[in-house]
This record gives sequence, structure tokens and C-alpha cells, in this order.
Amino acid sequence: MPKASSGLLSRSLAVYFKDLRLELRTKSGLNAIMMFGVTTLAVVSFALGQSGLSPKVLSALFWIIMFFSAMSGLAQTFIREEETGTSLILNLTAEPNSIYIGKLLFNLTLLITMTTIITPMFFVFTDASTDNILPFLVVLGLGVFGLVAATTLVAAIISKASVKGALFAVVSFPILMVLLMVLVGATEKIFDNESLSAVSSELQFLIAYVVVMTTISLLLFKFVWRE
Amino acid sequence: MYSLTVENLGKRFGARKVFSKIDFELHSGDSIAIVGSNGSGKSTLLKVILSLLVPSKGKVEYKNETELLTDDNFRDYVSFVSPYLNLYDHLTAEENLTFFATVSGFNVTGKEINNLLAKVGLEGRGVDFVMGYSSGMKQRLKYAVALLKKPEFLFLDEPTSNLDDAGKKIVFDIVEEYRKETVILIATNEKEEYELAKSIVRLT
Repeated sequence: MPKASSGLLSRSLAVYFKDLRLELRTKSGLNAIMMFGVTTLAVVSFALGQSGLSPKVLSALFWIIMFFSAMSGLAQTFIREEETGTSLILNLTAEPNSIYIGKLLFNLTLLITMTTIITPMFFVFTDASTDNILPFLVVLGLGVFGLVAATTLVAAIISKASVKGALFAVVSFPILMVLLMVLVGATEKIFDNESLSAVSSELQFLIAYVVVMTTISLLLFKFVWRE
Repeated sequence: MYSLTVENLGKRFGARKVFSKIDFELHSGDSIAIVGSNGSGKSTLLKVILSLLVPSKGKVEYKNETELLTDDNFRDYVSFVSPYLNLYDHLTAEENLTFFATVSGFNVTGKEINNLLAKVGLEGRGVDFVMGYSSGMKQRLKYAVALLKKPEFLFLDEPTSNLDDAGKKIVFDIVEEYRKETVILIATNEKEEYELAKSIVRLT
């Protein structure tokens, strides 16, 4: 056998670039996410118009769009492995940790791409505004990472089930509920133009959530993937 | 010297017993054919030995010269070819080979990939997408993937499935080449295939 010459990082990047390449060729995940995000945003903006919605409603709408867009596409990376029958050979050749990290990075790329497109559109269509761009970006970044950290493990679990799409949202919701509540609260304060210090406790929670979810997922993924 | 020990292995799906009391020990250079009628559990036995299914009873141990291989690292030494093992259709053959090499922890050169493709009769087809391959070409490519890591344990389930005569000869040549230094398990019903192995386990 050839001497193993690459470590966890290059193995993880191999999984990441493989998924990225497959996504660029099939566009199954990005299409699902973008279609849901843009459609929801359009419906919300047509229904409510630029009618001076309160920061509370705006922040709730924003994270509802983010949540359901994420739900529509983030499971694809694992579901595709099951549906095309490639999970078996991946299981036999790749370390579970490299699979998890590769897929986490891929989902992060997918959601960052969606966020980059949806967020400016949200501000335009709903007339939302804030002077606190930096705190908003920090909350948004942590929110995206939190969504991805929690849902990547759930995606691996539900990919083995027969009713995958519905199950993904149902299983993810309890895990994400606390995260979404904090994100809505923090975003509301930012839309209210409160200072960065006003959201410091939310930022602490978000950082802790991301660290805990990523660590737990790394520890548990092996059992989910191989059992 | 590597070895594979299967001890009192049994598997049930609910109330249905698939197989039980399977015992054997193989060392580098040994080969065994698992034969039996359709539904007798040949593929299931391979999956249990490969740790893709949890056994209902018994245990499987992989060893190298000095120590037991753990559940985390025995896969580094194992290759598996089967009709139900799928490669990535939206990647080319070369991309598939490069991916499986990197994710297994080693680098592979373009020359090595070309040599492997030539070995399985796919020279010049490395840049084609796997989705455009016939079932026989896909089976050949699975052998190229399996040989990437120069395995110490080679598992073949219905090894010549989907292959034409030239493809079968390639498989027989590969088994002949590897049987001297590798542990080989073959699950099959074909007489010409189980005659490749030194001994036979018959499932009923």
C-alpha cells in the first residue's frame, strides 16, 4: 500500500472540492436554495410591500427566509450520496471526520453564496435598513455558520431515511429553534440601530453555539455515518 | 504478513437468520470463495466482514504484522469491488481516481492513473464522464479504484459481473497477480470464479 502522505485537511478538502465540482455540474443544491429564497422573498415583498415594517417583524422574516432556504438545500450533499449509491464507497475509503469537515465546508459555501444574493435583495425589497453594518455582518456570519453546523449532522442522519425532505426540517427545527430565537433578537436590535454592546450577550451565545455544535457533530458523525 | 480472522460470525435480519457460525482465518497469500445460492447471504457476509453491517454474533479481526487494525484504520488496507458499489457519474474516470486516492490519504500521479486505466482496459477514456460509461466499463473502473491503494485485503463480490470476455480476463489476471501477497475473498456463484480461490466457504 502507498504510504499515506496526506492528512485530515487535504482529505477534507478532497471531499469539499469533489462536492463543489458535482454541485457546479448538477446545481441541485444551489438551485433548490436559490429558488426557495428568491420565491419566498418575492412573496413577502409583494404581500407586505415597503410598508414600514417594525424591526421585530423584519428580523423574523429575514431568518424565516434563511431557515427554509437552508432546509431546502443543505441536505442535498448527503442525500445525493445515498441516492446515487456512492455512500458505500465513500464509507469504505474516507475517514468520517474528513467527510464531515468536507461537507460542512461545502454547505457553508452553499449558504454563504445564497446569503450574499438574498441579503441585499431583502434590504431592497423590504426597505429594511441599519447603520450597524459590521454587527449585522457578524451576526449574519455566526447565524450562517450555526445553521450549517447544526444541519450538516442532521442531513447525514436523515439521508438514510425514506422521507428525507420533510424529515430534515422536522428534525432540524428543535435543534435550530434556540439559535433562530437568538438570531431574530440580535437582528431586531441591529435593525433598531442599537450599538454592538447591546448584542454582546447574543454574540457570546452564537459563538458558543457554533463551537458546541461543531464539536458535538465531529464527535458523533462517525456513529451516524457508519452505524 | 496481514491476517483476517472471522470467528463464530452470524447475522440476522429480525427473525430471519441469514448465516451463522462462520469461522475462518486467512493470511496474506490466502484466498477464499464464498459460494451459495441466490439469497444465501454471500454479499451480506462480505458487508459484515467489511464492517458495513453490524454482526448479530461473533467478531471480525484484521491484523498487520504487529497489531490489531482498528475500526478506524483497517479500511486503509481494504479494497472492495461489487456491482452495487457506485462511482461518481458526474466526475471523469481520472477525477474519480484522483479523489479516491486523495481521500484515502495518498497522492497519485497522472502517470499512475494512466497505468491503472491501461491495466483495466480503459486507456484513453480517463477524461470521459463515468455517466457515459457502459456497465462493463464502470466495473473495470471499480477495479482501477480498488487497485489504487495496492490493498492487503481484496474483497470481490460477483467479480466478473457485467464484464465481457476481455474484462473477465483482466479480472483473472488481477486476482492471479494479487493472490500471492494479498488476502482475497470472492463471493460468487460462477464456477470459473470460485476456482480462483484456494478454499471455499459454502453458505446454505
